[in-house]
This record gives sequence, structure tokens and C-alpha cells, in this order.
Amino acid sequence: MINLDDLLHEALTLFSSIDDAVELEQAKARYLGRQGKLTELLKGLGKLPAADRPGMGNRINQVKEQLEAALHQRRDAIREKKLGEQLIGEALDVTLPGRGLGMGGLHPVTRTLERIQSLFHSVGFTVAAGPEVESDYYNFTALNIPENHPARAMHDTFYTDVCNGNLLRTHTSPVQIRYMQTNPPPLKVIAPGRVYRRDSDLTHTPMFHQVEGLWVDKDVNFSALKGVLSDFMKHFFERDDLRVRFRASFFPFTEPSAEMDIGCVMCSNGCRVCGHTGWLEVLGCGMVHPNVFKHVNIDREKYTGFAFGLGVERLAMLRYGVNDLRLFFENDLRFLRQFN
Amino acid sequence: MKFSENWLRTFVDPPLSAHDLGHVLTMAGIEVESIEPAAASFNKVVVAEVLSVRKHPNADLLRVCEVNAGAAAGAPLQIVCGAANVREGVKVPCALPGAQLPGITISHAAIRGVESAGMLCSARELGLSDVAPGLLLLPGDAPVGLDFRRYYELEDNIFTLKLTPNRGDCLGMTGVAREVAAITSAKLEPLEIIPVEVQIGEGLAINVDAPGACPLYCGRVVRDVNLDATTPDWLIRRLGRSGLRGVNVVVDITNYVMLETGQPLHAFDLDKIAGALSGSIHVRYSKAGEALKLLNGENLALQPDMLVIADQVKPLALAGIMGGDESGVGAGTKDLFLESAFFSPDVIAGKSFSLGFSSDSAYRFERGVDFSQTRNALERATRLITNICGGRSGAIREFKGRLPGHDPICLRLSRAQRVLGIDLEERTAAQLLQRLQLSFTGTEGVFNVKPPPYRFDLAIEEDLIEELARVYGYDNIPAAVPRARLSMLPEPETGRTLPQLRQILVGRDYQEVINYSFVDPAWEHELAGNNKPVALKNPLSSQMAVMRSSLFGSLIANLGFNLNRKQTRVRLFEIGCCFEGLGDAVAQQEKLGGLCYGDVLAEQWGAPARDVDFYDVKADIEALFWPRAVRVVSASHPALHPGKSAQICLGDRIAGYLGELHPRWRQKLGLPKSAVLFELEIDMLTDRPLPKAAEISKYPPIRRDIAVVVPENVAVQTTLDRMRGEKIPLISEIHLFDVYRGAGVEAGKKSLAFRMLLQDTEKTLTDAEADRTVAKLLSVLESEFGATLRNH
Repeated sequence: MINLDDLLHEALTLFSSIDDAVELEQAKARYLGRQGKLTELLKGLGKLPAADRPGMGNRINQVKEQLEAALHQRRDAIREKKLGEQLIGEALDVTLPGRGLGMGGLHPVTRTLERIQSLFHSVGFTVAAGPEVESDYYNFTALNIPENHPARAMHDTFYTDVCNGNLLRTHTSPVQIRYMQTNPPPLKVIAPGRVYRRDSDLTHTPMFHQVEGLWVDKDVNFSALKGVLSDFMKHFFERDDLRVRFRASFFPFTEPSAEMDIGCVMCSNGCRVCGHTGWLEVLGCGMVHPNVFKHVNIDREKYTGFAFGLGVERLAMLRYGVNDLRLFFENDLRFLRQFN
Repeated sequence: MKFSENWLRTFVDPPLSAHDLGHVLTMAGIEVESIEPAAASFNKVVVAEVLSVRKHPNADLLRVCEVNAGAAAGAPLQIVCGAANVREGVKVPCALPGAQLPGITISHAAIRGVESAGMLCSARELGLSDVAPGLLLLPGDAPVGLDFRRYYELEDNIFTLKLTPNRGDCLGMTGVAREVAAITSAKLEPLEIIPVEVQIGEGLAINVDAPGACPLYCGRVVRDVNLDATTPDWLIRRLGRSGLRGVNVVVDITNYVMLETGQPLHAFDLDKIAGALSGSIHVRYSKAGEALKLLNGENLALQPDMLVIADQVKPLALAGIMGGDESGVGAGTKDLFLESAFFSPDVIAGKSFSLGFSSDSAYRFERGVDFSQTRNALERATRLITNICGGRSGAIREFKGRLPGHDPICLRLSRAQRVLGIDLEERTAAQLLQRLQLSFTGTEGVFNVKPPPYRFDLAIEEDLIEELARVYGYDNIPAAVPRARLSMLPEPETGRTLPQLRQILVGRDYQEVINYSFVDPAWEHELAGNNKPVALKNPLSSQMAVMRSSLFGSLIANLGFNLNRKQTRVRLFEIGCCFEGLGDAVAQQEKLGGLCYGDVLAEQWGAPARDVDFYDVKADIEALFWPRAVRVVSASHPALHPGKSAQICLGDRIAGYLGELHPRWRQKLGLPKSAVLFELEIDMLTDRPLPKAAEISKYPPIRRDIAVVVPENVAVQTTLDRMRGEKIPLISEIHLFDVYRGAGVEAGKKSLAFRMLLQDTEKTLTDAEADRTVAKLLSVLESEFGATLRNH
């Protein structure tokens, strides 16, 4: 008579030594198969005295359950091990770069323009546009710059060979006029775009970008102008402590007029960028001149307004630390990719 | 406008440093561009007299001088000097031992064996000049021992103003002083004008034929003037610090008075005026055929809109702009005719600009000159001339017409408060007007202000509000958070914004560029087929002479630029306005252009390298229009390969072009590979449909693939159009998934494989129905295109 405990021990030891699923099933057959040792024992139960049968039967069944449990466990272990090996074999070098198209990028001037637009949009300014080949009337006359006015000499104008549109706009201010002609107040718009001046040196390119702003309503005043533009500069540069100042100035189409300066963002005590003054000139602004309102039939007694014009390249240079204006129009990919 | 600070302080002397004065002026709109010391810093230099000069025993070119440098220096000093102009008795600046000069320190030294206790100085050694014509010789009355900086008034700053065009009144010292007084409340010392004694009776008759252009003309004769007199140092110094060089004593004086008062003056040589003392002066427009040689040497053919000063026979000067070469004052001049006039700004404005040169005189007249001082300036100049050069003056003869006059301006306090956004008190407003020397009447919040003759820029209420604000101080106006209606802004969902379009391309690996709108005419001609581009009349260069009608030229230039900088893969886009001449008008249309060159993907380990081609870029275009479908139709374009170019159509409109760069241009540009270009009209890209949900069928779709063989020249688009044109309701989708040429397909033909999705929204589709539908489409392909079903 085989000792059941020995058989159990023998089988468990065998199972645990097997690493292969097929071998394990063969080993199973040796105990639990048709001719397996345990099966034989069960078959031999009938030969036992009747009184011993239940006890022995129970005992054999217990061992059988134990063996099956051990087999189940072992099967799982072998499967896990195999999966583990498979996974190791399948492992990637996750450090290899991703496949496919990369990303391009926006021109820094566009990036700046979009930023300016979104800041003004957040306080209710919509966007207006106008032609780049303009007429004398919109570029100068309607903006209170009569022919032969010395202010015209401040604008080095490109002239075209077309009579209806005889020049390239020297500023985005003509959009003010066009917008006021077609929209009744209250008005709150900005007009971004390309402008042209016949000037080309270290600090001038013959084409550059401006954003014009115009707010006409019943109680728009100089104090509000200071408020809106100071707020804009602080948000644009993300500097709450940015110093700003407004200096009296002259533009034919605004009165009172001002130049806005900001504290130099490149230095704390004078540098080449601010000409050692600590201040940077960033935009021109003022209250809409009554003569401009007259050209567009807006009642100056009913409405007041402010307007401003800012240079986009200048802001982009200050924001991103670009030290040469001309880089913007060379379109060297090595330069442009820095802003992506 | 440049001037000496010390000179300014003779008129007004606020208790502010130069820097602080500059700041308050700048803040008030009189921008001080720079403040620079009048002289380099140096010390221990005194006025000295050379007592004796003897030869240096060991050097031919050196002299040994005995110098009296005043009491502080003690006994006469022995100084070795190399200057050729050193002489006994001259007075010169002398640097004492220990003096710090620009770049050097002076000490006791032995020069070629002779003791030397200091240095006699040239202007260059003191940093006063760039040239060194020898020792700086001082006038005989220079007090020996006086500190040279004090004697030469070197403790001074030069202010440079960047004046806005409205402030012509600050183009003279008296005007700047008036402004400083208004801003700082400092006391103003006006220029005292004492008329000279009239000693001769003769004078020239003044005839003004154009009284509108010249409403005031004052002239006088001054005889027996000594042109050899030396211009005084103080005068030369002030001129110099204003950037003017000495010419001759009379011109120096007229220039000086112009700087002082802002009134340009002109001196004529009386003998050059026809008839001299018995002649006459005519202010008139020039006549046909007249010419004038100007002081700058230019021979000017006079135009009928040019105002001239003439005698009975010929023009003498271009009024208010420049004198004539012949009638000017120079060596040999004895008698003068002095002119001080007011020319209307309108007559002068723009003239010097169109003539291509400017002058201090024109610059002032076009901005407006204070005609209330025209006569005084002439008296001032006459006094200086007779004091310095002697001479006898005649009486001033004057023509006076209708001078510009401003009506009083009504200034409402309430308006000022409203425009500025401050609670300006009436008392404060009145004080500000007084500081500005603006006379006014009226009360109860309304001022009637009489603008002074020197302020050509004050005409309306806002002009005065600006004046109040300037003197009140922009800094004192608070920056307020504005109050406004809170209403939402429109946000149309059926539009696509430029930022959205740009992001599509950025996401597809395009880099944005921005190019000038003016290009080389050859680009327009060759790449856009535009032989009549909008041209600039005054381009900066011939390569920037016309306005572009296409973005292609600029993009191709960007490609070349970057290939030269070792880039091998270039993908660019630009959004910019394009211009087309339409007779006497210009069509201006924003376009989106793109260019791809080199590998389709940046070189990488996990994808095979392949050059970008037409179909890669076509996908980018489809993405830009998505979800709207464009039709791409073979078409030619001057820049593009005729077999690899197409029109992009949306509905029945042409939205743009796509194609490979024409091999001709590729060869011309020396490009190793070809580039694919596209250009689309922005207007066509900015609409997109509002999505509208339809029911999703709950019955399964059936898929059928067919491959047909068609002749090579059959365009896929036409087969798709034809099949879709059948409008079979069961067909929900047909698309091409393969094109095959080669084994099994005879030459000259190609195999097209289409996938069809069939869908019934009412019931489950049967195979039999699907087969019937596909067979119907197949028969269409057979009859229309000679297609045959391909055997697999």
C-alpha cells in the first residue's frame, strides 16, 4: 500500500520542479491520468474492507484536490513566466524619437500680433482691416494731415503708379477712418496690419506691422486711455510692476496726444536698448481729433474717443530679446524656429 | 533745435539741474533728445600770456617759452612748446602741472633736456575741436590767470530738442524760454530790444506783389559795414553750440538772431541789387524762364509757384528758403540790405521737400514764425551789426498786409473735464492759462482765449485742452479702469479665423514667414505671368519695385536663402496681401501661399526617406478646406510644371493653384530637387459649414471592393464624379484605395480599386441588393470609360 502522504509529497515536488506546460500535463497524467497513481488507488478502494472505504475515499479525494490545486497554481506560474519572457523580448527602446511629421511654427511677429489681439479682445475690442495700397485721402487728409503739412514729411511715403490708391499706407490709422465711415458709434476696434515707410537702415525696415486701436463712446477720456494702455503693457509683458509714463506729443489726428513709454524691460539701470534712459518708447496715442470726427460725421459733442498705434516688431523685440529688426524679414529658419 | 543751456538760463533760470529740466520738458511734449556737455572734462587750465620765446637748444622744432599763468601759478613758468604759432605776447590756454586733459595728465617734465612746467594747448588737446591748427589763440583782453573753462564758458550743456511739427514757436531761444517758464513757473527775462538810431535817410522801396504769401516785410539799409570785424567769441560759441559754423560776421549775426528769436533774417549786398540805393525790392512769384543760383550752388529753374525776392530786373533769393549766390554778403561787401519778413507757412511748406534740400529758414517758416517779432528781430540784428562792425543804418521800411489772426477760442471747463477725465477746477484752469501766457476773458466755466501770434497750432478748443493737460502734467491725470457696457462679442462658428488656418499648417510642420510686399518685377513677370504689376514710383531698389500679385516669388527666395544656409528640408507658408492693378484701381486680396522642399518627413530612424511630392501637399490643402471637399483640376500656371500643376476649385470658383515648380525655374535657381508650391485665396478658406447631425443607421453597412482597368488618361476624379453622379441612395461612400500598373495590366492602362460602402437606413441590406448596386456602377464605368473588371 502506497503511503498517500509520500505520494502527495512526491507529486508536489515533481510539479514544482517542472517549468514547461507540456511536461506538467504529462506529470499530471502520472498521478491523475487514467492509469495515474492516484486513479489506481481510487480503483483499488473496492478491495478495501467496507469500513475503511469512506475514510480512505475521503483521504484520496483530499489528495486529489490538493494535487489539482497545485497543478493549477503551477500552470499559472508557468504561463506568467512565459508571458514575462515574451514581454521582455518585446520591450522597446522607448527613448527612440517618435515617428512622423514634426511641428512647424508661427513667425514671431504673428505670434506677437495674436497676443496683442487676444489681450484687446478680452476687453471687447474686435478686429477691423483695411487696404494696404491706400489713397492720399485716407492715409493723410482725413486724418487731419493736409497736403504740405510738415507731418507728411515725417512719413517717408511710397507712391504707386495707380491713381485710385496712390500710396502704400504709412500707418494703420486709415482703418480708423474707414471703420468710422461704415459703423456708427459706440466703436471699439483694433486694426492690425502691414505698413510701409521708405526707410531702410539698422533700425528701420521699409515694411513693418502696426496695431491701431480705436474706442469711441460717450464717456471715453484721457484717463481711460491711460488705464487701458497701461493695463495692456503690463499684461503683454506679464509684469505687474512695469513702469509706464505718458509724455505730451503731437499727432495730427489726436489731441491731446501722448507718447507712451515703459520702463526698460531689458535692464534695471540703463542699457543700449533704452539708450541709457531707462525708458522705451512703445506707442503713440491720444484723444480722437475733432477734425477726424468731422471727416466721418461723428458728433464731437456727443462722442469722444481715443486712438493708439503701436509697433509690433518693437514689442516682439522687447518680449523675445531680438536685437536686430532686420532678422524678422530675412526668414532664416534657424531664427524663426526659436519661436516655435 | 540745439542750444546752450547757459544761453537758455540767461532768459529763464529754473532751480532744476540740466537733467531735471530735460525731464520736465520731455514730459510736457518738448522732447529733449540729448543733453551733452559742451566740452570734454579737463581741469587746471588757465589763460596765460607768453612772455618770451627762444629756441630750444637741442631741438629745431621746439621753443622754450616763459609764460605768465597768473598769480596762482606764482613766478613765470618755463614751458617747452612745439606749436608753430607760438609768439611772444600771445594769450593761450595753459595746462598747469597736474592738469587732467582728455587722455593725458600734465606733469613737470624735462623735454630734450629742458625743464617744462606745463603745456600750452591747442583746441584739439582740450577736446574742443577735431583739428589742430596750432595753439588756441585767445583775444588780447583775455584775463591772465582766469580758469580757462570759466573764460570759455565750457561749464555748459548742449540741449538737443526733437520738436514736433506743431511747435515752430520753440525754434528760437526766446520761445524755448517762454515754454520753460510756463512749465516750471520760473520767471522769464524777455529779450530787450532797443531800436538803433537812424543815421541815413535812404532806403529801398518795398513792393509786395503777393501780400497773401508775404503779409509782412521789413527791410533796411546799413551802410559802411566792416566785414573784416571779428565775430565775438561769445557769439561764435553760442552759434557753435547750436550746430552752426561761423561764415562771416554779418551772416553770423543774422544766424544768431534767428536762433535767438526764431525769426529768419537775410542780408543782401546792397551793391548787387539793381540800382543799389535807388533800387527797389519786389516780393513776387517767379516768372516763366527765370532762374536763380542759390547759396548752396544749385542752379534752380524757378517755377511759377515759387515766391522770390527780386529787384527791378532779377530774382535775388528764394523767399524764406534760401538766398541767391550772387546777392549774398561776402568779402568786399560794404553796404547791406537787411530783410526780416513773415512768409505764410502754406507758401513755404513742402517746397524744400520737393526741392530736395532744406534750410533753417524754410524749416521755421513752414512751421510758422512769430510775426509780432519780425520787426524787433531786424532791430536786434541791426544793433548787433552796428555794435560789432560799425555802420550807419537807415530807417526800417515795412510792408504790412493782412496778418493771420485767430478768433478767440471758446474753452469750456466742462469739456476739458470730460475729455481729460479729471475734476479740473476753474481756478486751476485759469492759472494754467496764465502760465502759458494765454490771455483770456470770461467766467462761469467758459474761457474766451486769445491765442498769441507765435502759436500757429492753437485754433480749436481741443488745442487748448491739450495745453492745459500738458502744463497740468500728464502724470497727474490718473490711469482709470474704464467703465463700459459688458456685451459679448460675436463668435461665428461658421467662420475660420486666420489663427485657426495658421495652426492647421503649423500642425503639419510648416514654418510661417513674412516677406516684403514689394518684389522684383522679374518675379511678377516670370512666376505670376503679370506684365503690368502695380509699380512703386519711388522704390528703395529695383528688386523691390513692384507690388506682388503672388507669394511664389518670395517663398522661392526664402527657399534659396535657407538652402544656402545648409538647410535641406524647407516647409514654409505666408499669409499676405496680393495686389493686382485694375486700370486706375488696385485689387487687394489676401492669399495663403506655401512651399515644400526636401524630405517629406524630417530625417528619422523609423520612416523611409522620401521627397515630398504633389500628393503630400495636396493633403495639406485638403486639410485646410476640411470638411469641405475641393476639386483639383489639371491646369497650367507660369511658375509650375505643366504636367504637375492644378487649380483648386471650390464649387464653381477657383480657390488657388498647386503644383511642382517648373523645371525651368528650378534649373535657373540651381535647386537640386523640385519644390511643391501652393497658393490659395484666403476668402475661400474662411467659411466652414455648421455641422448638422443626421441619423446613424442601426443596420450594418456592406462593403464591396471592385478593381477596374481603365485607359491611362482617365482621371480618377471623373470616374468618382460619374459614379457619385448616379446618386444611388444605398451608396454612402465610394473611394479609391489603390492604383496599380504593371504585371497583369496591359501597357497604357491602369487598375483602379474602389471601395464602396452600402447602407440602407430602413432595413438590413441583402447581398443580392448590394451586388445589383455595384453591378450598376460597374456598367457605368464600362460604358463611360471603357473600364473592364479586373480578374484577381
